Amino acid sequence: MTKSIMIVGVGGQGTLLASRILGHAILSKGFDVKISEVHGMSQRGGSVVTYVKYNTTEKVASPIICPGEADIILAFERLEAARYLEYLKPEGRILVNSQKLNPIPVITGQAEYPDDILDKFKELKVEYTAVDALGIANEAGSSKAVNVALIGLLAKNMDIDYGTWINSIRACVPSRFVDINLKAFEHGYNY
Amino acid sequence: MKELAIGNKAVATGLWLGGCRVVSSYPGTPSTEITEFASQFDMKRMYCEWAPNEKVAMEAAIGASIAGARSFCGMKHVGLNVAADPLFTFSYTGVNAGMVIGVADDPGMHSSQNEQDSRHYAKAAKIMMLEPADSAECLEYTKKAFELSEEFDTPVILRLTTRIAHSSSVIQVGQREHRPFATPENNAEKFVMTPANARKRHTVVEERTRKITAWAEDTPFNKIELNDSNIGVITSGICYQYAKEALGEKASYFKLGCVNPLPVESLKEFASKFEKVYVIEELDPIIEEHCKVNGIDVIGKEAFSMEGEYFQSLIAKVVLNEETQIKKIDKDLPSRPPALCPGCPHRGLFFTLKRLNLFVSGDIGCYTLAAAPPLSMMHTTICMGASISALHGRNKAYAENAKNSVAVIGDSTFAHSGITGLINVVYNQSNSKVIILDNSTTGMTGHQPNPLTGQKIDGEMSTSINVAMLCKAIGIEHVKVVDPNDFQQSYSVIKEEMEYDGPSVIIARSPCVLLKTVKKNPPFTIDRQKCTGCRACMRIGCPAISFKDNKAEIDATQCVGCGQCSQLCKFGAILTGEEK
Repeated sequence: MTKSIMIVGVGGQGTLLASRILGHAILSKGFDVKISEVHGMSQRGGSVVTYVKYNTTEKVASPIICPGEADIILAFERLEAARYLEYLKPEGRILVNSQKLNPIPVITGQAEYPDDILDKFKELKVEYTAVDALGIANEAGSSKAVNVALIGLLAKNMDIDYGTWINSIRACVPSRFVDINLKAFEHGYNY
Repeated sequence: MKELAIGNKAVATGLWLGGCRVVSSYPGTPSTEITEFASQFDMKRMYCEWAPNEKVAMEAAIGASIAGARSFCGMKHVGLNVAADPLFTFSYTGVNAGMVIGVADDPGMHSSQNEQDSRHYAKAAKIMMLEPADSAECLEYTKKAFELSEEFDTPVILRLTTRIAHSSSVIQVGQREHRPFATPENNAEKFVMTPANARKRHTVVEERTRKITAWAEDTPFNKIELNDSNIGVITSGICYQYAKEALGEKASYFKLGCVNPLPVESLKEFASKFEKVYVIEELDPIIEEHCKVNGIDVIGKEAFSMEGEYFQSLIAKVVLNEETQIKKIDKDLPSRPPALCPGCPHRGLFFTLKRLNLFVSGDIGCYTLAAAPPLSMMHTTICMGASISALHGRNKAYAENAKNSVAVIGDSTFAHSGITGLINVVYNQSNSKVIILDNSTTGMTGHQPNPLTGQKIDGEMSTSINVAMLCKAIGIEHVKVVDPNDFQQSYSVIKEEMEYDGPSVIIARSPCVLLKTVKKNPPFTIDRQKCTGCRACMRIGCPAISFKDNKAEIDATQCVGCGQCSQLCKFGAILTGEEK
C-alpha cells in the first residue's frame, strides 16, 4: 500500500530539507520512495508543496499526490494547511504549525488572513494536531530549526523507528547545525 | 550504491557513467541541476560550463562531438528555440563521438512563459528523442543515448518534463565507462554544409529515419505490459506513471521510451487487442496524430486537455469515471503568489520607475515578479532579450514613446541575448533607454554565475566582462551606474537620462541579497509612537512589512535591513537595527 505525505509551506521555510530527511529515512528502511517538488519561480515566497510517497512492498508509480489522497499533510503554516486540506484522505491527519505568515494580498490589504482555520477543521471533523514549531525551534536554539521540529512531529505519526530518524538528520543537516536540529527534532517528537 | 536522486541528478550521473567529456549548457528551470550536478564529478575528465546562451552551448557541444569527445548540452524548452539553428543542421551532419541534448519541458508552466512541446523539434529536425519515466530511466537512457547517437550517427534528444526533472526516485550508481576519444574526423562532405554537401546529407537523414523507425518497432526502450483488460493505453514519460497509478491492472500499456521516431506496426498490433485504446500524453497530440495517420483508432485529446499537467485522478475520471471524496474549506483563501524577496534590490529600482510613471519593456528573470501588485511595473515580457529589441521597435513605431519607456534586463539575460538588441539600438538609432539590473548572479534559476560576474561553474574566477565598457564599445555614449537601493539617486539619474536625446544605458548595480557573500544588516524596527499608519512604507510591497492595529510592523525573521522602506517614512518611524 502506497503511503502519501504532503509537506506544504511558504518558500524559504526549509521544506526542502524536511523532505530530504524524510526521503532519507524512508530509503534507509529499504522502501521504494518518490519525492516531487517544484523549483524556481514558486520558491520566491510563494506557496510550496512537496509530495512524498512510499511503499513497503511494491514500486511507487506516480510521484504526485491528488486531492483526497494524502495520509498525512505536514503544514509549515496555517493558511497553507487550509489551502491544501482538499488533498487529505477522509481518514487522514493534518499536522499544522500554528505560525502565521501573511501573503502579499494580505500585506497590501486586498485580502484578510483567515483566523478561523482551526475552527473550520473542527467543523469539518478533520483530524489535526497544531503545534508551535517556531517556539520549539527557538527553545532548541535557532528559529531556522522549525523544519526539523516539524519532522519530529511527523516522525511521531509514522512507523519509522526513532534511531533511523536520528541517523537521517545527521546525514542531511550540515554538521555544525546537527546538535540544534537533534534537539528540535526531540522536542517536536515529544510534543 | 542505491541513492535517491532527482531526474536531473540522474541525467548528470548518466553523463558521467556514459563517458561524456564536455558539457555546455545555459541554466533554465527545470533543467538547471543537470549541469550543476555534472560539474561536481571531475571537471578534468568531464568538463562543464555555463555558456552565455543555449545556441552557444549547443555549438560548443557540437564542436566537442566532431573533435571526438562525447558531449552534452542542457536547456529548458524555450532554450531549444534559441539553439534551433545549430540543431537542424547538426541533424544533417550527424556526430563523430556521441552527442546528447537534454531538454526539459514545463507542462503547467511552473516557471516558464509558455507551454511548448519539444517533441515537435525532434520530429521537425528528424532527430531521435528518448523520454525517461523516472530517475533510474534518466540515468540509463542518458548513458545509452550516447551509444545510439554513435550507432545511428545522429544527435539524440533526451526529453524531460518538470515532474521527471524535479522528482526524486531511486537510482543505482555504477562505474564510469572508459571511453577513448573517437578519431577526429576531417570530412568536409559530412561537416561542411554547403548546398551541394547538404543535399547528399539530406538523403542520409531520410535513410537514417527509416533505420531508426525499423529499430523502434522492437527496441527494449518501448515496453509492452499486457494485463487481462479491454483497455489499452499508449503513453510515455511521466504520463505512464500517472496511468499506472490510476488504472493499475485494469489496463494494458504500450510505454514509449523513444518518442521520435514512433513505431507503426507494433502500435497497430498492440491496439488491435483492445476495445478502447487511449493515448495519454501531456501537451500536444503527437503520439495521437501518429496513430490516427496510421489508421490506429485511439482516443486522445477529445478526452484529455492540451493544457497543463495531468495527474492520476484525472486519468481515473476520464477512463474509469471514478472520483475521489474530498473535504474542502468553503471560502476563498488569500492566494500566496511568489514575490520579490525582502531586501531585493530590484524592488527599489521598480519603485523608482513607478514614481517616474514609465512604460517598462520587461524581460525574463526574478524581476519579472515586479509585474505583480503593488509595483505592477512591467508592461511586456516575451522572451530572453526581448526587452531591448522590442523597446527599439516601440520607439521606431512612435518616436514620442522614447520619452516615457525603458527596457529592463538582468545581467545574465543581457549576456544571453540583450547585447545584439543593444547593437540594433545604436546601429539603427533609437533613443532607447536600457536599464541593466546587475545583481551579480542568475537569480531565478538558483544563483548560477554568468559572464558578467566572471565566476565559472566551479567557482573559479575568469575574466569578468566590464558591462559599462562593453556598452561604450558598442557606441552607447551615456552609460550611468546607480544603486537601486538609493531612491533619491536612482530617481534623479533616470529622470535625467529620460530627458537626454539619444540612447543610454543605466546599470542598476546591487547584489542579490540571497548570495552568501552579501552581508545582511540587523532587521529594522518600527517606532510605534512615531508611526502614523499612513501606509507609505507599504507601497514597495515588501513581504517583511505588514500592518497590525493600524501601525506598521516589520518581521525580524524576514527583514535583511536593506533600508528601502525607511526612505519612504516621513515621520522617522522606521529605525535601523542599531537605532532601536
